Amino acid sequence: MSNVLVLIETAPDGSVGASAAMLLGAASRLGTPVAVLAAAPGSAAALAESLGSLGAERVYLAETDSVSSLLLTPQVAALAAAFTALEPSAILVANSIDGREAGARLAVRVGAGLLVDAVDVRAEADRIVASHSVFGGSYTVESTVEGGPVVITVRQGAMDGRAEAKVAVVESITLDIDATGSTVIESMRPLPAASDRPDLRGAATVVSGGRGLQSKEKFVLVEQLADALGAAVGASRAAVDAGYVPQTSQVGQTGVTVSPQLYIALGISGAIQHRAGMQTAKTIVAINTDADAPIFEIADFGIVGDVFTVVPQLIDAIGKRSGTS
Amino acid sequence: MKIVVLVKQVPDTWGARRLNLDTGWLDRGGSEAVIDEIDERALEAALAYQDSNDAEVVALTMGPDSAKDMLRKSLAMGADSAVHILDSRLAGADLAWTARVIAAALTKLGYDLVIAGNESTDGRGGVLPALVAEHLGVPLASYLDSVAITADSIAGERSTELGTMSVRAPLPAVISVTERTAEARFPNFKGILRAKKKPVTVWSLDDLGADAAASPVRSVVLATSERPARSAGTQIVDDGTAGVELAEFLAARHLI
Ligand SMILES: Cc1cc2nc3c(=O)[nH]c(=O)nc-3n(C[C@H](O)[C@H](O)[C@H](O)COP(=O)(O)OP(=O)(O)OC[C@H]3O[C@@H](n4cnc5c(N)ncnc54)[C@H](O)[C@@H]3O)c2cc1C
Ligand SMILES: Nc1ncnc2c1ncn2[C@@H]1O[C@H](COP(=O)(O)O)[C@@H](O)[C@H]1O
Repeated sequence: MSNVLVLIETAPDGSVGASAAMLLGAASRLGTPVAVLAAAPGSAAALAESLGSLGAERVYLAETDSVSSLLLTPQVAALAAAFTALEPSAILVANSIDGREAGARLAVRVGAGLLVDAVDVRAEADRIVASHSVFGGSYTVESTVEGGPVVITVRQGAMDGRAEAKVAVVESITLDIDATGSTVIESMRPLPAASDRPDLRGAATVVSGGRGLQSKEKFVLVEQLADALGAAVGASRAAVDAGYVPQTSQVGQTGVTVSPQLYIALGISGAIQHRAGMQTAKTIVAINTDADAPIFEIADFGIVGDVFTVVPQLIDAIGKRSGTS
Repeated sequence: MKIVVLVKQVPDTWGARRLNLDTGWLDRGGSEAVIDEIDERALEAALAYQDSNDAEVVALTMGPDSAKDMLRKSLAMGADSAVHILDSRLAGADLAWTARVIAAALTKLGYDLVIAGNESTDGRGGVLPALVAEHLGVPLASYLDSVAITADSIAGERSTELGTMSVRAPLPAVISVTERTAEARFPNFKGILRAKKKPVTVWSLDDLGADAAASPVRSVVLATSERPARSAGTQIVDDGTAGVELAEFLAARHLI
């Protein structure tokens, strides 16, 4: 079986990023999964074990201090070194900001093709086929690369399949890094410690709030409903622009695309750009005071009403149903 | 300083956007073609610098004939000149080829700083700036929420899923900006009049030489299908019990 490289992103604390499990799962269906990463010195042993448990058969690890000072240059160098050594048929990266950039740079450096934002990948005879969900899920497109290996950026949270745990063989590599052509990281402020809520990407339930929530203080109502449902919190661009929530919560055309079992839109009008990020949800619920809000055109259950009266009642009703808890 | 802004014509996100089911390509008749909002912000970042510094701003696009309207708008906003890469052989070009062509044009044109949008609203690739930077062999500072240009460097704040970092790169460099950067100015009457006299250079693939040729590795669309549109379900008006009714609906669907 051919090798399939997976770029592993690590958090500033050195832990393995959230997309690793999905990417290794996808890679195991295409060939032999090889995890590739650049990480701070001293992190090798712990990383190798956790990557093995996620299905990596081999781990290609470059330990270098430059991960915290040079923007993505070490990651691309590590991928390029692994590419030369292992001649993979495919390289999978997350469709995250960093994953896309490292993947794109690698594709040019090694002359590979590039397929972006895949929601599924499969091996078919002698080629690899990627599926994409285009224009907010209005179209499904299948594509492949002819004439060489392929870099595929995979949408975070899009695939459920996981690989069997392995005991990974670790290979340490030394990188030859040219800092002159690199952007420098001058300082880094990690996001505040992640809440217990599920990640927006891949969450089974998403509760989103819009400008109708009126203020940052009142936006707490969205979080309360999310917690009652074990859901992730999302938002419209208007809510982000007004400062109710950070940009990472934005759902839509220029934000995150979600496809949960249940999507609840609170005080969101349902502009076409918002719908582009959530209209493939299995069940859509909307609460809005305006009976003509476009969100109702795609809602399975729409309530014309005030979120500040309907939502507390809903939370109360959920609490009663879950009985003892 | 010579700043080149990469601008792209896209179907207006306010309209219904369509793909041709045979080719998988954009159906250009589907909705109105406009300059991508994010590229207007990229242009704004260049113009804001030009407002108080000596700088030449060039708008560059690769696109069909209709893209010239969008270049006119860029000129009316304040760009000094425009370059239009126009060649029927480029119809349906993949990201990799588009990047090669744009990189070849940038090399021919010369630049100190290239500013792009972080992600186009039609392709949503979010990779073109990185592909171009790698072809040019210059640093990439992407997804900038703020942009500070100096005579020999570029700095800004960059937010990812992991946190926010301050980054800096020496010029020449390629950067891309997010929708957190300043909203674009509107072209005023004087700008619109002056735009008519500003130069628009048109280059074909032949003008760009071997570096712009398609690579033997290419991406191919195998199939395109349309999802059925969604329709509305139940709609109720709250009479004081809607929260309870919604809980019942969710329970019936095993969602709580
Ligand atoms: C290029 C481009 C990209 C964009 N990308 C995105 C994107 O990624 N995501 C996104 O969301 N938007 C995006 N937008 C913006 C989009 O067009 C809308 O402006 C935005 O989605 C509106 O957010 P909203 O629904 O919260 O606000 P509004 O449209 O102001 O709607 C607020 C709603 O709240 C309702 N309301 C008010 N009070 C209450 C109450 N007490 N109870 C119940 N309902 C109440 C109102 O009736 C109204 O319908 C984009 C726009 C462009 C041009
Ligand atoms: N055909 C094009 N012509 C000019 N600029 C482009 C073109 N395609 C993409 N770009 C630039 O690259 C950015 C990101 O595009 P993309 O990688 O397609 O999401 C856009 O916002 C533009 O600035």
